[in-house]
Amino acid sequence: MRELEKTFQVPIGPVHPALKEPIRFTFQVEGERIVGVDIKPGFAHRGIEFMGTKRNLIQVLYLSERICGICSISHPIALTQAVENAAGIEVPPRAQYIRVIVSELERIHSHLLWAGVAAHELGFDTLLHLTWKVREKVMDILEEITGNRVDYAIPIFGGVRRDITPEQYPQVQDMLRYYRGLFEELAERFLRDASVEARTRDVGVLTPEEAEALSAVGPTARASGLRKDVRQDWPYLVYGDLGIKAITPEDYGTETRGDVYDRVIVRLLEVAQSMDIIERCLEDMPAGEITSIPKVPALLAQLKKAEGEGIGRHEAPRGEVIHYIRLEAGKEEPVVWKVKAPTYSNLMSWVPMFRDQEIADIPIIAASIDPCMCCMDRVHLVRAGRDELVWKEKLLALSREKTKRIQSRVTASGPRVTALSPRSADHGGEA
Amino acid sequence: MKLTSFKRALWVFHVSTGSCNGCDIEIVAALTPRYDVERFGIRLVGTPRHADVLLVTGTVTRPMAERLRRIYEQTPDPKAVVVVGGCGATSGVFYESYNVLGPVDEIVPVDVYVPGCPPRPEAIIDGVVKAVAKLEKLAAGEPV
Ligand code: SF4
Repeated sequence: MRELEKTFQVPIGPVHPALKEPIRFTFQVEGERIVGVDIKPGFAHRGIEFMGTKRNLIQVLYLSERICGICSISHPIALTQAVENAAGIEVPPRAQYIRVIVSELERIHSHLLWAGVAAHELGFDTLLHLTWKVREKVMDILEEITGNRVDYAIPIFGGVRRDITPEQYPQVQDMLRYYRGLFEELAERFLRDASVEARTRDVGVLTPEEAEALSAVGPTARASGLRKDVRQDWPYLVYGDLGIKAITPEDYGTETRGDVYDRVIVRLLEVAQSMDIIERCLEDMPAGEITSIPKVPALLAQLKKAEGEGIGRHEAPRGEVIHYIRLEAGKEEPVVWKVKAPTYSNLMSWVPMFRDQEIADIPIIAASIDPCMCCMDRVHLVRAGRDELVWKEKLLALSREKTKRIQSRVTASGPRVTALSPRSADHGGEA
Repeated sequence: MKLTSFKRALWVFHVSTGSCNGCDIEIVAALTPRYDVERFGIRLVGTPRHADVLLVTGTVTRPMAERLRRIYEQTPDPKAVVVVGGCGATSGVFYESYNVLGPVDEIVPVDVYVPGCPPRPEAIIDGVVKAVAKLEKLAAGEPV
């Protein structure tokens, strides 16, 4: 071999719409095989925690929503819990249910969004368009309930800002029926398609030991067989009453392998789980107040008096998000605000996932953890000291070629899994 | 100039310079079947060298400023820049930070601002159509 180590860089600055923020990968490759990877995040760093310590807490709440537009309720939910802990503010039960409903709606839209991106990375644009078409339904419901498609501004310290009215219940139920009717079709397209299976089975494997050692969270950890879910392990809001169980590929009736395919299974089953949670919440939700301190000046005054620290955790679509806050009496702004987003915990799982994989698998493996800071527009190849710029299109073309090659091989053999297992069906019932 | 039809297909390159992804997912929503801008010949391309329009989202972070400038220079003339979202237009909620260099127009010239946090897909499409109007004037040699 001419040179053992070639460097393959994927700097991300110019952005692909499907994979969002900038990050830079540097791959060491031998031929087509990846032997090492280095990750450099930080291009989208806006200094949000720093800005937060110069504003009053209600402004911080709006800022927290703009940490991420996809998890735009997860951060406020973690932050409000942290502040409510620190300041000793109660949240009425109805408000807790509303927070849970909107969180689960967000999980549905986020997982569908991810499934579309994954299909795109594999070269199945028809599937991208199908998933994004059906995703519009949950976006309509989010808009109906919260007034906005993205950035819902629902939680406020002590409750929520909007109630769900009786006229809205049937609309939400209609959405649940719509998705339940579609579930089989999506499962068919994603889980029983021979080419999708061939491109994702045993690709980007993360073993349970690695997931544990690297502190992976969310679907990334669960797809490796760890039954880990904040909603189950540290129940908050009304999640404790809802009997949430962390989902792993075993709930689908297959053995856990920790590959990209398993990550697809887990996310699809979680869409079904979220629908059950929403349905249950609509039934159980008591009438009553939606906030304990309705007047904003009174709320600000109470927050100004508060002294202490608090932690808020939430199972966001991508995994656990934690907010830490420290308040001092007499100060409107927090003294310390610390945010840990799920992708931060999941970044390092890329290292074992990429090991020994092909260059053509880079897009799907990178997307498989559902990074909230990623976009791969062009790659930067450094071969024998010569720079080669390769755009995202080239990388995607490689991925698509591989799908085509595989398709010609697999079309003869039928799909492996033929029906949703009964276990997954009754799991839905439990949740 | 009133725009009754497009003279040619329009290629768009999307840059995120520090956005929260909110605007970015709405841009993808505009491309997918509910809004489907591809039926007008508007499509996203993978490199600024092929683009007629730059869609920029987000306030500009320190490391992205230089990259944005480079992408702008790589885009062939005539070109139009559309800023999608409040934080690209004014920095929005991102002010008083050590790592934010300000709204997009501090870094490159901007032709169209689409307000909203995030704007709806319809508004994004409207912004791109305004950019087409500018490009067609430029192509016809009219003053813009
Ligand atoms: S305008 Fe709002 S939604 Fe768009 S990127 Fe900025 S903060 Fe996010």
